[in-house]
Amino acid sequence: MMAVGINEMKTWLKNLNERIQQNKMYLTELDQAIGDGDHGLNMARGFQEVRKKIEGTDYDHLGSLFKDTGMTLLSKVGGASGPLFGTAFLKASGVLNGKTTMTVADLGQALESALDGIKMRGKAQLHDKTMIDVWEPVVLYVKANEEEMDWDRLIALAEEKMEATKELEAKKGRASYLGKRSIGHIDPGAASSAYLFTELATVIKGANIT
Amino acid sequence: MKKLINHPEEVVQEMVAGFVAAYPKHVKQVPDTSVIVRADSPVQGKVGLVSGGGSGHEPSHGGFVGKGMLDGAVAGEVFTSPTPDQVFEAIKAVDGGKGVLLIIKNYTGDVMNFEMAAELAEMEGIKVAKVVVNDDVAVEDSTYTTGRRGIAGTIFVHKIAGALAETGASLEEVEAVANKVIQNVRSMGMALSPCTVPAAGKPGFSIGETEMEIGMGIHGEPGIERTDIRPANEVAEILLTKVLEDLQIQDHSKVAVMINGLGATPLMELYIVNHKVSQMLKERNIEVYETFVGEYMTSIEMAGCSISLLQLDDDLTELLDADANTPAFRK
Repeated sequence: MMAVGINEMKTWLKNLNERIQQNKMYLTELDQAIGDGDHGLNMARGFQEVRKKIEGTDYDHLGSLFKDTGMTLLSKVGGASGPLFGTAFLKASGVLNGKTTMTVADLGQALESALDGIKMRGKAQLHDKTMIDVWEPVVLYVKANEEEMDWDRLIALAEEKMEATKELEAKKGRASYLGKRSIGHIDPGAASSAYLFTELATVIKGANIT
Repeated sequence: MKKLINHPEEVVQEMVAGFVAAYPKHVKQVPDTSVIVRADSPVQGKVGLVSGGGSGHEPSHGGFVGKGMLDGAVAGEVFTSPTPDQVFEAIKAVDGGKGVLLIIKNYTGDVMNFEMAAELAEMEGIKVAKVVVNDDVAVEDSTYTTGRRGIAGTIFVHKIAGALAETGASLEEVEAVANKVIQNVRSMGMALSPCTVPAAGKPGFSIGETEMEIGMGIHGEPGIERTDIRPANEVAEILLTKVLEDLQIQDHSKVAVMINGLGATPLMELYIVNHKVSQMLKERNIEVYETFVGEYMTSIEMAGCSISLLQLDDDLTELLDADANTPAFRK
């Protein structure tokens, strides 16, 4: 049994970047439908920079890896996603400070702290048709299953919750101007959040975390 | 996409460089940033004014940097809020010891990024105040939405808060007058054709050849209704009626008017719109103190316009009249 460490998390961020690059236009199309059409472009720019930054840097602990990721997203993404994803990684870095490996319990704590940060920054709640609609159920699932995680179930949950944003009416962000017309479209931030969790689960599954 | 650019990814950088090269008497660039500040900044003993937002709205906001208006403007990527580190650079560059006022248009991303920048500045001991402009009456102000958007009425906030800051007023006083302008300014726009973000390569939305959208936002956000195109007089009447209603303006009031082009609408058409606007205001015995017709806050190459009205009292009138010397606005 091995725990997840710096290399695995670097792999995760690298895979996540690839996933976002591949889906750049899809995310942008989702955003054009109910927002201002820059989500894919911004996330692609930000995570490309994250990849560059972490590739050339040696990290002593997970906290500094997450901090670098958060600061890079904050300064390179822009829009609303920059502060939201940036804050999430910075909050998680606080929990992971000094740790070279993490357990599922550590991950649960880091994700919980990240979610609190997203809520504080974005002032949104569950069912507002935002990234929180993916984050909150996923974080609750991790916290509730620390003893016996089913990573495939987590992947399915993230995708299911992303799909479920389609039926919601937006209460935050530019999509909120559409009111009921926002129904029928997946929230772009929920989609990129689902990528984040599915790529995370895929890497951790391979690393056999306990 | 047919655009006079080099690389879609470098439009903001190259635009800022070209802008600074054009107006060295007014502005300079903070090195390695997309921040434009007054050539003589930081101006000691004066509250610094910083605004900004996504690019694509030129001359907003860099064009309003100069004496009597903004001290700094931060240019984000096209239609994307600038990042907190960039806004923080602007705050540092213009702080002359009396604090800095951030003038933010009401968009989720802008508000979050400017708030984070304000937190960074406060940690370094710079006093920062914020105002959020929400002049667009096209969307309902409701606790269930993000609230009204900030559009061309923002220029009046720059002008009047900038004029008061120039007198040596305190941060609290400049913030108060900025809020007073926000309470008294309303705008509404319409679009005839869409615009294309260079990096996206295709229009963000489509409007049929014979259609228009009333109330469309400056990034192509949906408005109130999509209808068949109508004559300028009818369009002017729809927009101005909604603005007047929302402002709850009384007869015999005094106003400043702004007819703003969105990028692809010629001045000729804007004057035609103003012809109707001026007639309607006269009929209602509302005194037009001053009218501004031109491009103040554009949406890349969108065709259409917005109409803004600022209700004036004696204090606001005096500040509107004060000297200003910026690349895009002079008095």
